Amino acid sequence: MTRTRTRFGPLAATASSAPDLDIDALIDDPATGIIVCCGSGGVGKTTTSAALGLRAAERGRKVVVLTIDPARRLAQSMGIQELDNTPRPVEGLSWANGARAKRDGVPRMDAMMLDMKRTFDEVVESQATPEKAKQILENPFYIALSSSFAGTQEYMAMEKLGQIHQQAREDQSYDLIVVDTPPSRSALDFLDAPERLSSFLDGRFIRLLLAPARGPARMMTAGVGLITNAMTKILGAQVLRDMQTFVTAFDTLFGGFRQRAQKTFELLQADGTAFLVVAAPERDALREAAYFVERLTEDRMPLAGLVVNRASPAPVGDLSADEAMAAAARLRKKDDTALSGGLLRLHADRTRLVEREARLRERFAAAHPHVPTAVVPALAGDVHDLTGLRRVGELLAEG
Amino acid sequence: MSEPPNRSNGPSDWSGVKLHVVTGKGGTGKSTVAAALSLALASHGKNVLLCEVEGRQGIARMFDVDQLPYEERRIAAGLTGDDGIPGNVYALHIDAESALLEYLAMYYRLGRAGRALDRFGVIEFATTIAPGVRDVLLTGKVFEAAKEGRRGKNTRQYDAVVLDAPPTGRITQFLGVNSELAGLAKMGPVKNQADTVMTLFRSKRTAVHLVTVLEEMPVQETADAIAELRGARLPVGGVIVNQVRPQDLDADDLAAIRADTVEVESLVSDLKSAGIEAGDEVVTGLLAEARDHAERRALEDAQRELVRGFDVPTYELPRLPGGADLGGLYELAAELKKQGMA
Repeated sequence: MTRTRTRFGPLAATASSAPDLDIDALIDDPATGIIVCCGSGGVGKTTTSAALGLRAAERGRKVVVLTIDPARRLAQSMGIQELDNTPRPVEGLSWANGARAKRDGVPRMDAMMLDMKRTFDEVVESQATPEKAKQILENPFYIALSSSFAGTQEYMAMEKLGQIHQQAREDQSYDLIVVDTPPSRSALDFLDAPERLSSFLDGRFIRLLLAPARGPARMMTAGVGLITNAMTKILGAQVLRDMQTFVTAFDTLFGGFRQRAQKTFELLQADGTAFLVVAAPERDALREAAYFVERLTEDRMPLAGLVVNRASPAPVGDLSADEAMAAAARLRKKDDTALSGGLLRLHADRTRLVEREARLRERFAAAHPHVPTAVVPALAGDVHDLTGLRRVGELLAEG
Repeated sequence: MSEPPNRSNGPSDWSGVKLHVVTGKGGTGKSTVAAALSLALASHGKNVLLCEVEGRQGIARMFDVDQLPYEERRIAAGLTGDDGIPGNVYALHIDAESALLEYLAMYYRLGRAGRALDRFGVIEFATTIAPGVRDVLLTGKVFEAAKEGRRGKNTRQYDAVVLDAPPTGRITQFLGVNSELAGLAKMGPVKNQADTVMTLFRSKRTAVHLVTVLEEMPVQETADAIAELRGARLPVGGVIVNQVRPQDLDADDLAAIRADTVEVESLVSDLKSAGIEAGDEVVTGLLAEARDHAERRALEDAQRELVRGFDVPTYELPRLPGGADLGGLYELAAELKKQGMA
């Protein structure tokens, strides 16, 4: 711990045996080109991404933050309440201390909110002839796939990342891309997207659907009849026809899709990328975080560390929970409305909560001892302006 | 929060409801609440089925049992009522692949063709890639478990079914998937099935309960979800406010703390009389914690007002400092029963 803390509870010193995560070193390193924040829903991923982006920009990086589903007021504060799928400049930035001397002008941060359907449409339009694109865009299966299929959002987030990265390399518009991932129910869907797409394309079923359009399928004829009959029986002929039209029309695009997905996957594995796993100090969120850490390691993705948000602030002094509860019980016998009793119960509650969180973090660190960790104390209110984001950025760096 | 009347013995607010869908923003504890609700409903000898559809095996972890298969299994005794008779909680882990195979076997008697479908990757296609099919299968199985007059061996008629559903952001789409499907398939058995499912989901036999915590984003998301559900003609149930902070300090105390007018001397003498070495550090620490608490309570109160404005029955569950273990679930269940939710 090299930084000074204003508060130092007895538990904070022993809370975690994990190495510290140095956020400023990460965002200041010009080699860091992409930061991906992942984690389960409700742990503050979007806020963390925005705060990281802001801090990096005000320290001299040219940043774009790609978010998925920001809270309305947070989006407003960044000027991206419009869902238009294009990065928009965020107003109101100012240089951090020390950064001003080296730079001209004002800090640069853009932000955008992902529109998954539009991203998908754009890919189709860029890959197919106008007539074919029209045919695909109007197919009911395409409409369902591009607007509601679980996994599309993950895939499109990665598609957009690839596009922005490509553009940034060409015109030097950004040197750091911060990505907020969707709150996936199956944690790392975006990593699986290329793989799933490939298995979809290579799947026998797709070839089966394509077979009538493509000619000889003698080998499978018996099976085909069986399947087609079964499907017709269940779905009705019209659904099957729509599906066939969709797959046939989509077929020519598949190669392009797969290639792009593969490229994005490689981009994520590259040294310039850093993954941050975001969690809250709760059992479920940390279990999910452990899964992320293992999965990223398995896929050889560059893991920078763990951010534990919303940690309860450590209590001051060394009054234990048991002492406080015992004293509160004695006071209650005399006067059960006294403020002193309430304060003691509050203290006991807080102490127990902090102890439990510390225990959970310790267990995580015991199982994953090499994951650098930053602990961010909970703020009393929600964050919905740049001042709040700046504060979160400071806390992250102090972590 | 003034102490609400104990309604454990009265009728519940949802006595006509068969299917309780529990949703909530990530991190608000919807699975915990769904589990507690199933325990609360399973008193007086009632049989309740708790279903999960997100493949997380959360029920097994919460109830400390082995991983659940695609099979209804008794996992716990329900809450013991005044009559001393608990009911039974059964659990079902629904996965789309098993649901599809069961569905094909049940409705189409597709023995050989069913296996062929699997061999050709149709099952995989249907459950991972084909739009909406996954949700159709998951909701279809929930419907089957909740419907009256279930057929088949090893099936049981339940008094209530509790669904630990996808989060608020996805709930309307999830429950409404059958109406979307009915639009896609304009005739045939799939359309009929989809229509029947929607009829139950839109009826008074279903209630979609929303779990929130008293913070800005979850409350806002709850408001959005209520509007969406109503727009889709799905029945909004109650709002369960989870993880409420301890209410040890009353309004006067909080006001004094915010105004910084706490009488330190009498506090110190109180603490000393209770045997606490009340040095400066202890007193400063307690007051600092109190200020922090007062600030959060004020924010909570503002959010609570918003929740009241939703105009649906609301219930409040305390934050358990030790976490929601099995004992904690029964505590929460008793609390729900006391407040009239079960």
